[in-house]
Amino acid sequence: MSLTQSLTERAAAALDVSRAARSSKVSTLVMAVAVAALCALPFLVFAQVTDTLVNLFVLIALACMWNLLAGFGGLVSVGQQAYIGIGAYSVIAFADLGVQPYLAVLLAAVTCAIFAVPTSWLAFRLRGDYFAVGTWVIAEVYRLLVVRVSSLGGASGKSLTGLSGLDQTLRGALTYWVALGLALASIAGCYLLLRGRLGLSLMAVRDEETAASSVGIDVRRAKLLVYLVSAAGCGAAGGVITVSSLSVNPDAIFSVQWSAYMIFIVVIGGIGYIEGPLLGAVVFFALQQLLSDYGSWYLILLGAIGMAVALWLPRGLWGLVRDRTGLSLFPVGYFVRTRAADADPT
Amino acid sequence: MDFLNALIQGLLIGGLYALFATGLSLMFGVMRIVNLAHGDLAVVASFLALALISGTGLPLWFVLVVTVPLFAVLGYLTQRVLLQKSLKSGPLATLLVTFGLSIVLQNVLLEMFSADTRTLDGGSFATGSFEITGAISIGYLSLATFVLAALVLTGIQLFLSRTGLGRMLRASSDDPETANLVGGDSRHIYGIATAIAFATVALAGLMFAMRSSFDPSIGPSRLIFAFEAVVIGGLGSLWGTLLGGIILGVTQSIGSQIDPALTLLAGHLIFLAVLAFRPQGLIAGRKA
Repeated sequence: MSLTQSLTERAAAALDVSRAARSSKVSTLVMAVAVAALCALPFLVFAQVTDTLVNLFVLIALACMWNLLAGFGGLVSVGQQAYIGIGAYSVIAFADLGVQPYLAVLLAAVTCAIFAVPTSWLAFRLRGDYFAVGTWVIAEVYRLLVVRVSSLGGASGKSLTGLSGLDQTLRGALTYWVALGLALASIAGCYLLLRGRLGLSLMAVRDEETAASSVGIDVRRAKLLVYLVSAAGCGAAGGVITVSSLSVNPDAIFSVQWSAYMIFIVVIGGIGYIEGPLLGAVVFFALQQLLSDYGSWYLILLGAIGMAVALWLPRGLWGLVRDRTGLSLFPVGYFVRTRAADADPT
Repeated sequence: MDFLNALIQGLLIGGLYALFATGLSLMFGVMRIVNLAHGDLAVVASFLALALISGTGLPLWFVLVVTVPLFAVLGYLTQRVLLQKSLKSGPLATLLVTFGLSIVLQNVLLEMFSADTRTLDGGSFATGSFEITGAISIGYLSLATFVLAALVLTGIQLFLSRTGLGRMLRASSDDPETANLVGGDSRHIYGIATAIAFATVALAGLMFAMRSSFDPSIGPSRLIFAFEAVVIGGLGSLWGTLLGGIILGVTQSIGSQIDPALTLLAGHLIFLAVLAFRPQGLIAGRKA
């Protein structure tokens, strides 16, 4: 055996490369139990609790989608409310055509992905910070166009039809499950996307765009895919907002406030980690519940926290947790471990 | 005649848009910062003037003269205290910090002044006009705003091309490290750029306040005007920004002539059209 061969073998034998951190196996179990408990919740608690949780799930889904876009795709958008609005109005329009509203939520996601194709062509002409404001203008354009369609209720908005036949308890439970499904699908979708080829491409693009494209990564295609998925997710979230509130108001659904929520949740939680938006959404939601009586002070505090985190804690709360504990619930990278000395075959 | 009138009114308001957009253009040109709180700063200036006038009974012209330099000082401090730090943390940080600032300013104004719509009473000067023909009359305020905007833009352009500090500012925008080597202090230079940006924003905010109503939440939609003017004109060119502002003003004015509900949409559509067919803007300046 040559020296090189022996060295290679020793090196290979001494290292384990895996996609899972040790903690992942435990966390998978914990998460499975948590999901089961969340699914059973409508049977266990008052409707008030599940109705409130619908808001949390919507925030989680939106934050995951923004994180995918900005944290992994490098596309910092301040205009995702365009798709929340289009999704919400799609549900209204499909319901008017006689489609079951919960089913229409799925169609809303598809509609948004379709709208995202021509939109991306315009938006991708702007780079960096200008992309952020450009997407915002596009969202405004969609709002102004929707307001002009009188069959969609114009400037005063419209109520959702097709759910009035359902019993109120059943409707609450169904909405809850749809919202939970959306949140879980968003998390799982991001996880699977990022573990695949796309994840690797995006990380390469994020780290060095020119180098990535020189080794054959189609940068534009990767970004477009992320943009379409994010549009679909935000669209479904808009649909869930509609089936939960039973009406839609153009100014509220196309409000830039949604972007503010998404951005601050992701930044506070930790941009570029799948766990970030989850943690951020829970923190945001808790703040919202605690400070609901203080009106605009809540947003002042939120803005200030967002600024502080951007300046002093750029990797967010999850970055802090990860530095301290090495914990990773959704590992998308690779882990390399040295084997224990006694397992060494030589 | 209606069309010609719309054209003239659009041109005049375009001057105001250009003045307002100058700060955004300058901060992006020098520091690569897109200040998302730009529109809110204009609204803060409007409310400050309102509070000064109702609180102290000072005359409007005096409040104007006080507010603009005050904003310049605020701009310098904001750069040194807040934005300079965010520049070190990468491009996302500056966007987040200015977005956070926007949310904070809006809600502080809401808490202090309620959500009511206000106007700044400019007296007979703001409402008076002279007639050119029966169908076309030009407001004193509109004309004064346009002239003021042209003077300010020319002044900034002269400052950038003729003075040592202005040249250092351009040098810092091209290459801050080399500018530091030859004796510039990029932090101070950036502070000066932000001070100019804030002063022009305040001036534009006061002019806006005299010609139309405002409330604490109107900042973001104003930011969009400034942004559109900058992109239409071409990044990194002050004259481009003037042209962009005028095109935006004229488009909105003609749009409102067709249908008042089309005012904003017409402006956005011309922006998207420029984006689609000439993404570098009408006057391509230095590369972004």
